[in-house]
Amino acid sequence: MVDSVTPKIPVAAPVASASQGYWRGVGARLVRDPGGVVVGVIILLLLMLALFGPWLIAKDPYQTSMFLRLKPIGTEGFPLGSDELGRDMLSRLILGTRLSLFMGIVPVVFAFFIGGAIGIVAGYAGGRTNTLIMRTVDIFYAFPSVLLAIALSGAMGAGIGNALLSLTLVFVPQVARIAESVTAQVRHMDYIDAARATGASAFTIIRVQVLGNVLGPIFVFSTGLISVCMILASGLSFLGLGVRPPEPEWGLMLNTLRTAIYIQPWVAALPGMMIFITSISFNILADRLRAAMAIKE
Amino acid sequence: MQPFINVDIGGPAQPLLRVNQLVKHFHLGARKGNEVVQAVDNVSFEVHKGETLGVVGESGCGKSTTARVLMQLLAQDSGELVFDGEAVGSSRLPLKAYRRQVQMVFQDSYASLNPRLTMEESIAFGQQVHGISRNEANEYARYLLAHVGLDPARFAHRYPHALSGGQRQRVNIARALAMKPRMVILDEAVSALDKSVEAQVLQLLQELKRTLNLTYVFISHDLHVVRWLSDRILVMYLGEVVEIGPSEALFTASAHPYTRALLSSMPSMDPANRTLVSPLSGDPPSPISPPAGCRFHTRCPHAKAVCSEVKPALQYVGEGHQSACLMAQPDSVYHQAISLQEVSHVA
Repeated sequence: MVDSVTPKIPVAAPVASASQGYWRGVGARLVRDPGGVVVGVIILLLLMLALFGPWLIAKDPYQTSMFLRLKPIGTEGFPLGSDELGRDMLSRLILGTRLSLFMGIVPVVFAFFIGGAIGIVAGYAGGRTNTLIMRTVDIFYAFPSVLLAIALSGAMGAGIGNALLSLTLVFVPQVARIAESVTAQVRHMDYIDAARATGASAFTIIRVQVLGNVLGPIFVFSTGLISVCMILASGLSFLGLGVRPPEPEWGLMLNTLRTAIYIQPWVAALPGMMIFITSISFNILADRLRAAMAIKE
Repeated sequence: MQPFINVDIGGPAQPLLRVNQLVKHFHLGARKGNEVVQAVDNVSFEVHKGETLGVVGESGCGKSTTARVLMQLLAQDSGELVFDGEAVGSSRLPLKAYRRQVQMVFQDSYASLNPRLTMEESIAFGQQVHGISRNEANEYARYLLAHVGLDPARFAHRYPHALSGGQRQRVNIARALAMKPRMVILDEAVSALDKSVEAQVLQLLQELKRTLNLTYVFISHDLHVVRWLSDRILVMYLGEVVEIGPSEALFTASAHPYTRALLSSMPSMDPANRTLVSPLSGDPPSPISPPAGCRFHTRCPHAKAVCSEVKPALQYVGEGHQSACLMAQPDSVYHQAISLQEVSHVA
């Protein structure tokens, strides 16, 4: 049928002016943005610290000393002072990066996949399926996230594994919410109807036509959750539900040093500053990503 | 490269699509008082092989809902579609096979293209769904791009935002053609385009129809375009068919007052013939509680008491020309001659 007609323009095999791919465009825009570059570098440094921490520290971070407690910043042998048990703050902060980032990122990654899948299915299915899934999600959503994390973690018992699990459960409903709303928007576009008109299965349509349009917003939202998750994880450690002493973790360090805030305020504030820098970096990164990923409408 | 062929089964005399008493109601839910929108109510018509059937009517009359049910994007409440002799959804013509033979082009050229897919990927998607390899489907997509007048070397790898409205609509047409359909539903497909671009796309549609042996269901509110393109025209009012007939008969000897009102609302090309009085006043009644009897009687200049009681059925008023008006049907006891002067300037 179609083949019997001569094309008006001969089909040229080589592609002369292919416009660059979407993700390359996002990368280019991110690199051109100075704020994005700065937080990118900070996050890269933090990741390096997490990876290579044990080889960077000069002192044993577990070595206590009754005579060298709460030394100020700049003391000989203790560049960032020492904590309430006389342990080197610099070593503990560096070594703590690994656990703190781990506690902040892993639950969000799990929540991204689980919540994303739940939300996309609910948003695409619509109708009763949507109502059933989203109302179930809402039950979790009804509790304040801090309370939920503490309650779940407390119920399951202290420990890193349970803390990760409870944090994941806290974020799944939030990610599912976002995923559901962006998917529901996309689902009503004509190109989804056009795809359905080809006879494609729901799975194929989600894979080819939906995912590309919803993963971006879900990813940006999840990146913003990393900072919240780090603070919640610190809170759990603070309450003795997450990381156990003497492991170095910023939240736990902040907790134990809070009694020393009047004696050595600067040293006591250091773990808090690390949490602050990390969470704000992830927040800004999420923001800049959102801007770089905005497509022309 | 002929991966699947959609062949004629029943011969040229058998209608390509027979629509039987199609009903589609939308339930508004308990919060809105359980009301029911009668978007399409008992609609029956036939689409002949190789013709262009124009569908006209005011906005909200059920044109687009009909199109979506024809494409089976919406399931009908009752009624059946018979495509070339086979009931759609039956074991001999499952939905997937039907969808390969019927395709649709939407009004909004931008919303109907995925912003994250290149033109080539968008066009090739349908064939890949039916098991054609990616390379082969892409090659065919580039061939189709050339076929609808877009240089594949320039356009195959572009994203929708880099194209103009007319170019995007050409891509949408190419995507519909990729399934090698026998029937294409054009739902206001040219309405959003500039007049000059619209003319080009209409020319393209005519050419494709001729060379590919297509059948069109052309939905539009632009009567000039419908008249130019269509062999037969179907007029809808509040979810019902009020008149259907050959294009020329409908324009020169329309038998339903609503059709006449529509025709006299057409802007004339001659300034001396400009429309001075609005042919229809007010909005159409709500499809939630349509008037009893003839649904048009509330706005009809010829309405008699009987019109609010008796629901008129479609009856022949001429060669292949049916109308649903008690006053216009020659064998009806209510028959009276309605003056045709109102539309004289159109003819």
